[in-house]
Amino acid sequence: MSLIEIRDLRLSIGDVPILRGVDLDIAPGKVMGLVGESGSGKSMTALALMRLLPRGARVSGRITFDGMDILTAPEAAMCRLRGRHIGMVFQEPMTALNPLKTIGEQVAEGIRWHTGANRADAEARARAMLERVGLPENRFPLTRYPHELSGGQRQRVVIAIACALKPKLLIADEPTTALDVVLQAQILQLLRDLVDENRMSLLLISHDLAVVAEMADRITVMRHGEVMETGGAVRVLAEQAHPYTRQLARASTHVPARPKQAVRTAEKPLLEVENVSRDYALRRQSIFSRRRTFRAVDGVSFSLATGESVALVGRSGCGKSTLARVILALDSPTSGAIRFMGEDIGARAKDALRPVRRNMQVVFQDPYGSFDPRHKAERLVAEPLYLLDEKLDRRRRREMVAEALTQVGLSPADMDKYPHEFSGGQRQRLSIARAIITRPRLIIADEPVSALDVSIRAQILDLFADLNARLGIAYLFITHDLTVARAICDRALVMHEGRIVEAGPTEMVLQTPRSEPARALVETAPDLERILEKRIVAS
Amino acid sequence: MTAFLAKRLAVGLITLLAASVIVFSVLEILPGDPARIMLGMNASPDALEALRIEMGLDRPILARYLDWLAGMATGDFGRSYTYSSPVLDLVWERLAVSLPLAVFALSLSTLIAIPVGVFSASRRGSAADTITMGAAQVGVAIPNFWFALLLVYVFSVGLRLLPAGGFPGWGESWAQHWQAFKALILPAVALALPQAAILARVTRSAMVEVLGEDYIRTARAKGLPRTQVLWRHALRNAMIPVLTIMGLQLAFLLAGTIIIENVFYLPGLGRLIFQAISQRDLIVVEGVVMLLVASVILINFAVDICYAIVDPRLRAGR
Amino acid sequence: MSADMFFMPAPERHFILKALQNRSFLIGLVITAAIALMALISLFWTPYDITRLQVAARMQGLSLSHPFGTDHLGRDILSMIMIGARNSIAVALVAVGIGFGIGVPLGALAAARGGWIDDALMRLNDVVFAFPALISAVMITAVFGPGAVNAIIAIGIFNIPVFARVARAGALSLWPREFVLAARAAGKGRVLITLEHILPNIMSLLLVQATIQFALGVLAEAGLSYLGLGAQPPMPSWGRMLFDAQTRIAVAPHLALFPGLAIVITVLGLNLLGDGLRDVLDPRLRHER
Repeated sequence: MSLIEIRDLRLSIGDVPILRGVDLDIAPGKVMGLVGESGSGKSMTALALMRLLPRGARVSGRITFDGMDILTAPEAAMCRLRGRHIGMVFQEPMTALNPLKTIGEQVAEGIRWHTGANRADAEARARAMLERVGLPENRFPLTRYPHELSGGQRQRVVIAIACALKPKLLIADEPTTALDVVLQAQILQLLRDLVDENRMSLLLISHDLAVVAEMADRITVMRHGEVMETGGAVRVLAEQAHPYTRQLARASTHVPARPKQAVRTAEKPLLEVENVSRDYALRRQSIFSRRRTFRAVDGVSFSLATGESVALVGRSGCGKSTLARVILALDSPTSGAIRFMGEDIGARAKDALRPVRRNMQVVFQDPYGSFDPRHKAERLVAEPLYLLDEKLDRRRRREMVAEALTQVGLSPADMDKYPHEFSGGQRQRLSIARAIITRPRLIIADEPVSALDVSIRAQILDLFADLNARLGIAYLFITHDLTVARAICDRALVMHEGRIVEAGPTEMVLQTPRSEPARALVETAPDLERILEKRIVAS
Repeated sequence: MTAFLAKRLAVGLITLLAASVIVFSVLEILPGDPARIMLGMNASPDALEALRIEMGLDRPILARYLDWLAGMATGDFGRSYTYSSPVLDLVWERLAVSLPLAVFALSLSTLIAIPVGVFSASRRGSAADTITMGAAQVGVAIPNFWFALLLVYVFSVGLRLLPAGGFPGWGESWAQHWQAFKALILPAVALALPQAAILARVTRSAMVEVLGEDYIRTARAKGLPRTQVLWRHALRNAMIPVLTIMGLQLAFLLAGTIIIENVFYLPGLGRLIFQAISQRDLIVVEGVVMLLVASVILINFAVDICYAIVDPRLRAGR
Repeated sequence: MSADMFFMPAPERHFILKALQNRSFLIGLVITAAIALMALISLFWTPYDITRLQVAARMQGLSLSHPFGTDHLGRDILSMIMIGARNSIAVALVAVGIGFGIGVPLGALAAARGGWIDDALMRLNDVVFAFPALISAVMITAVFGPGAVNAIIAIGIFNIPVFARVARAGALSLWPREFVLAARAAGKGRVLITLEHILPNIMSLLLVQATIQFALGVLAEAGLSYLGLGAQPPMPSWGRMLFDAQTRIAVAPHLALFPGLAIVITVLGLNLLGDGLRDVLDPRLRHER
């Protein structure tokens, strides 16, 4: 008998249908993976299970949990259920905890509420639970506040809250999406252990097929509010019988076709970074103590040849984005030198940077925050033309914008649209168009595909590869995702705690990592094919 | 926490010092000859000269400023020209009316506004919410002195329940205390209700915002019922913007008492400052203005302390 | 209200249509326009000439010839309210202009430069903030004597730190955004970025604040003129009319009723306009209602 039985679940918010007849079963003690791209309705399915839907949502259908009809149960009964029999872990650990309450209070609160335990007992149980999720009291006392913990630690607190009463069902909604791969592996391991120990069922929601392949017994693939396919996780992902499953799987392992680049070592390097460091002043502990500094980038040196594509890989907080800002001259190095096309960037005055900036452009992660919402595409894409010495007339400017848009696969007619009229993937094309309009020699891309759905991601990677081949643009790809590095980079640099700990051809770094941080990254990176092989062999 | 408060205190003191420069400049330097302003055009040269010497106008400006500052630090705000008594004594006497009035009004407005705001936010979109917030919208637009007139018309002229003005003094016996308190009821209500309307709106919008946060969903997922989440998780987080507005309001209440005291003929700071203006007693004006500015700064500091109590992130440093 | 959440949405073709569908905005707009029109008409025509005192016709009740009655000097209340509207709007508008014109550049500068300039400007703000409009007005009047200009200056000064804070908070949350970084990577300087990207995007915040300050200005002007610190007789002002009505409240309550209602309606209209504007401009709230 199933623990959870969802039948013909339909949900709409206003006039917009979100779920169109979802069926889902979870057996006791089993892990169900729920996969889909953004807008597929997977999170709404979870919220409907908890009956924590947003205002104005209308639901129909039936959800049975352990014999109880969830959609018609009185609110008081739902309160007894939530936290006691169904626990939930959310995507964003940074905002999931009340900033004004200690972690001890937040874990103990649910225990006290459901069991009526007194403060001391509840705290003892909270202490044990926090210890279990890897936050032992000697290092993380109950009196800590959320802002004193890192993202991974906060996610552990959220898991402690969800699992404190050993619920029958744990729902984890993209629990590791906001974390880097190493933390992701740790959190997934923790979830798996907790599920095994307490014989919980787990509903694991993810956009990442590899994560689900690793964790789930069964899998349900959703798209546009409908279930595409459901079945044994290994079978569904190995056979890829359903066209949409196949499409997702292919996109997530997609490697763009690239002509082999002749390595041009003979030429002078395009970019040379020499022993660059960047310090930040830390907040003073008291007025009297000396101001301490934090070294975000620590003596980094590397070079990049014309037309070369280099990945800068590392965990979150390793200093890779700071390094990118320093190279872009948006931030100045504390020490060291950066030479671009033979010229020292740091030594130049602001105005003298114009020729440098013209040849070095940037693409950011967030396709939504990258554009001023009040300007039309024409003006946005044309912004770097400000760097040209000659002032262009309107006709010439429109020609150049049209050409850039065509290069990235958009239509020249798009230049009269506002950013909100484009989809996420189109916006990333737009930001690439902005980056190539001055015909730069180098583009620095800071996590350019990590906010995109897999199928869109594959298209954007193709575009990067294509522009590299056609226009000879060199890339510095900043990413925590090894599959991106593997897809389009000739060389990879691994960064850890401000330093570059390993460098070499991408395949070599990925196949035979020599340093400890590189090994951790490679081993924890979810790889669909490898996981499936492993699981098929195991069964 | 101490580092945070020490810094805020230092900022407050510097602000106060800068404010004293402004007050001194406007009232003693800008007019050119303050003695002439105080005595008017027809003053005799002898009287002018005497006042100039009494005020120390013959001395350099910087020395006068420093003396004035040193005097205030030791509680000497100068002598009133018209009352011929120390300004501090006058202020002290009047504070016995103004301070209880301000505190009374603030408590009233807080006690009304916060429950109303929380209630409205918890039933967002309901008829009750629409009606209370509609009433608050109108309440915000009502000038307190006009509201005071309406109250007088209804409760004093019409129903003859409460006095229309005047203040009998706090007195000795309980009966006298009661009479004094009765004289403050209408003024306090007139001050409090428009402020309560503002505060209720702020509380509601702060609550609505907080209720949309992720950690509220976490608390609900723990199994806490709505009301528990409202009081245990949402209210404390919503207090931060509410405190800011309350701080501002207390400053406005101080100013508002000046107007309301004139409506009800209450012998408070407001009356004092008005008589001082009409008699051109710059020394009293200077003292009272300095006092009011200092209390605004003090209130801001108190609000900072409250922030630090509510928010552990501030306690940690900054 | 955190600034980050409501920047001007992209201009939409149906923006004005959308605004007109918002109930608050529409009612606020109609009221504000009506008051402004009344003030405008009073420049050319009022039902009676209020400089001619007709003691014989004093303190009349409501009638067809004097819809709001007459005051203790026989002047037509409706005519006085119309002229008073002119005074209120002029004072509040100029005061908002002073606050906006000085405060916004200061706030934007503080956010753009950061460091000690930011610190210094914000400390200066704190100092000015310690002087509520009434206290400034008291000081100015004590030295220069009463007058309508005092009210404008006092309210205007108080508005400066308000606008500076709003502009700074809005700008600070924009500077780290990626589209601003992109503009910096395109070689644009701080001034140009402020003009092209920052100001247009905080304009909605500022616009909403301006309507709030306008409403507060009308209230403050009424308070100051009630105390005799604002417009001086014979120039009619709503606050002064209430002061004159106070001693006669028992015999002629209508003297206090209409000027008070005029204030309430004007302030209500402006606040509704501001609320409506916020709803229309805030993309997040727009979805919720």
